[in-house]
Amino acid sequence: MARVAGIFGGGVFILSHLTALNRGMTPAIELINIDKRFGAVHANNNVSIAIAAGTIHGIIGENGAGKSTLMSILFGFYQADKGECRLRGKPEKIKSSTDAIALGIGMVHQHFMLVEPFTVLENIILGAEGGALIGPALDKARAALKHLADEYELDVDPDAIVGELPVGLQQRVEILKALYKGAEVLILDEPTGVLTPAEADHLFRILKQLRDQGKTIILITHKLREIMAITDRVSVMRRGEVVAEFDTSKTNVGELAEAMVGRRVLLRVEKTRAKPGNVVLDVRHLTWRDKKNIARVDDVSFNVRKGEIVGIAGVSGNGQSELLDVITGIAKASSGEVIFKDQPVGIKDSPAELRKRGLAHVPEDRHHRGLISTFTAAESAILGYQSNPALGKGFRLNRDAVVAQSLKQMQEFDVRPADPHLKSAKFSGGNQQKIILAREIGSNPDLLIVGQPTRGVDIGAIEFIHRRLIELRDQGKAILLVSVELDEIRSLSDRILVMFAGRVMGERPPSADERELGLLMAGVGKEAA
Amino acid sequence: MEFALLPEILSSTVRMSVPLILACIAGLWSERSGVVDIGLEGKMLVGAFSAAAAASYFHSPWIGLLLAILVCIMFSLVHGYASITQRGNQVVSGVAINMLAAGLTVVIGNSWYKQGGRTPQLDDASRFLPINFPGRDALFEMDGVGPIAKIFLDHSVLAFIAFALVPLSAWALAKTRFGLRLRAVGENPQAVDTAGISVARLRYQAVIIAGVLCGIAGAYLSTALQTSFVRDMSAGRGFLALTALIFANWRAWPALGACLLFGFLQAVANFMQGFHLFGVEIPVQVFNALPYIMTIVLLAGFIGKSVPPKASGTPYSKDR
Repeated sequence: MARVAGIFGGGVFILSHLTALNRGMTPAIELINIDKRFGAVHANNNVSIAIAAGTIHGIIGENGAGKSTLMSILFGFYQADKGECRLRGKPEKIKSSTDAIALGIGMVHQHFMLVEPFTVLENIILGAEGGALIGPALDKARAALKHLADEYELDVDPDAIVGELPVGLQQRVEILKALYKGAEVLILDEPTGVLTPAEADHLFRILKQLRDQGKTIILITHKLREIMAITDRVSVMRRGEVVAEFDTSKTNVGELAEAMVGRRVLLRVEKTRAKPGNVVLDVRHLTWRDKKNIARVDDVSFNVRKGEIVGIAGVSGNGQSELLDVITGIAKASSGEVIFKDQPVGIKDSPAELRKRGLAHVPEDRHHRGLISTFTAAESAILGYQSNPALGKGFRLNRDAVVAQSLKQMQEFDVRPADPHLKSAKFSGGNQQKIILAREIGSNPDLLIVGQPTRGVDIGAIEFIHRRLIELRDQGKAILLVSVELDEIRSLSDRILVMFAGRVMGERPPSADERELGLLMAGVGKEAA
Repeated sequence: MEFALLPEILSSTVRMSVPLILACIAGLWSERSGVVDIGLEGKMLVGAFSAAAAASYFHSPWIGLLLAILVCIMFSLVHGYASITQRGNQVVSGVAINMLAAGLTVVIGNSWYKQGGRTPQLDDASRFLPINFPGRDALFEMDGVGPIAKIFLDHSVLAFIAFALVPLSAWALAKTRFGLRLRAVGENPQAVDTAGISVARLRYQAVIIAGVLCGIAGAYLSTALQTSFVRDMSAGRGFLALTALIFANWRAWPALGACLLFGFLQAVANFMQGFHLFGVEIPVQVFNALPYIMTIVLLAGFIGKSVPPKASGTPYSKDR
């Protein structure tokens, strides 16, 4: 991917001195021959990892590689079937999170373990109240928090209601919780998934500071960029096993990606020049106002032609979602018009009607709009196309035909496992996305609208999805792509529009300077379209 | 409404509110821990039956109370086992408890006493009577102060327990370790689990508290308010208490207010048989329906908003 290559080229922090310093010392943590099964799934297969004290140790792997399970075992949330944990050389039985906390292990979970209506202080003392009444603990935590804030740039209002804090601050509360309970080893599970780039940078600064004060940090992630940016050493997991270990300073993105996926990965999408044809989608002075009469989409005009990918870049929440809703018929425009295949999209055109006319839509939020998690894959694979006569006559649904079609799509899109009877929720993010993509592309649309195609999708699947989108373009289809991943936009699009505060700030070619696009995304631009 | 009736109505309001308060606080503890308790009604009913049966056998209201509490705890544990350990549907389990209670009390009552589901009339020694404190009669007969004192003081010990439970519960939920953890488990059980605290244990403790309070409420019905157990004597009070809990947004002090309000409406209904307004007879049912109508209006968002604990009704399991 371009993003990865860009960072790698742009210079990597090299922090190997500490690793070297600690070599030969007793590791802070040793996991020896850990084995764990969930039913038929072998989540951890004889895993051994040693983590040196005072380092940042990355554990990288695709979704479902067993990283989170391994760390949940270390944190006492799950019990290993076999194997041993050693802390500072001493074998320990960690039977519960209580044990782990007592041994100085803290964990910041991917989904925050916070009680939203509670204040920061109440969240921090939960489980460490010290007595039957919480008054003294609250006072103690208030003092400790002040101390931690001074020491590590971890400021947060102790009396704020956690649910009202932005995500970045909520994460800070999670870190404070662990530190307050005396964590010497801090495990972070995919900590940057919910953060803006600026928040992520701040987090990394804090982590480095913690390491420099002697804490040991374990960072679980599937983002290569993060591994290269802040870890000292990295273990790569694949299918429940540790397949490789590197000193971060002695490896590179390509090597890590290859170890992660088990084969060579194309980090850059290969594509030829676009051959744009007739205009398929023409958006003219489109405006959409919310209930408070604020223009969330503000006088937007652009078009998409056959055989090209138009990418809409922008920081999340700048009107992209609303724009997609209006174009796909989910919301109605306040003013302006959308012309699809030379016919205006009217008030009465429902999403179903537009779909019939050849507009396919891969929604941004696949869990809420893309599929129904309790449905089988085959059922999810016909959502929106259930009245297709090939799938049954009249009100009847021909289950065999549904399953057969789903299986064919699954094989074509390399969905794993290719089992149409499995519940949609049981597939990994990447495979769910492939099911949706197969469904939408399978309808042979003239225009494909794709929102966040690779959000929460692992690297192997990203490569696959990107390739399919380019193929579709080369077949002469029009594609409108919305993504908050600027690198994805740049590598796929033939033209880039940048949205800010509901307006299109400008159009740029994919070769445009990243800084220039970044400025447009921040609302700084010379031209307004 | 005649003004002279007002002290009577207010005194009755207090008496009608007591079982509501007890059941409502029972529901509060259970639901703040994330266990929905539709079975308040049924537990009150078995509590009332057990109290009346034991009181008549042992000639002691206290033994009646004790037995009511024990039986209600047993029913609570059934609910706990189904909804906490077995992760069943809490509403279904609660409904089952209500049906079981309605049937069981009548069947056992019939087989023991053969009075159509009634238990024997209790004499005064087997009942909770209004507390007879020194100078009581003199106080109640004083001009001006007497009738007012009577509204507040002419009640049994169970009534005072009920009213004392409100500040006690409010304080315990807000200020104690147990309260903090209980509130947390009703909002985000995973946060509690990862903090190294047992979710199941906390929830069992909460449903046991609910059982104890339902037991007191039941004993109040059959050994203080009335003189025996009568079939279906809880008469929807458990549901009314749940309604009050929603009305009070799952908080103790507002729950007291809601229960007093609903108790007042019940008292008024009793005194308003054949009440005429502009020449039209107002059916008693109008007053009985008012709490529910008010709650629907509340839930529809006309008055404020009512937000239940987030994890309420959701069984907890580690697997995501």
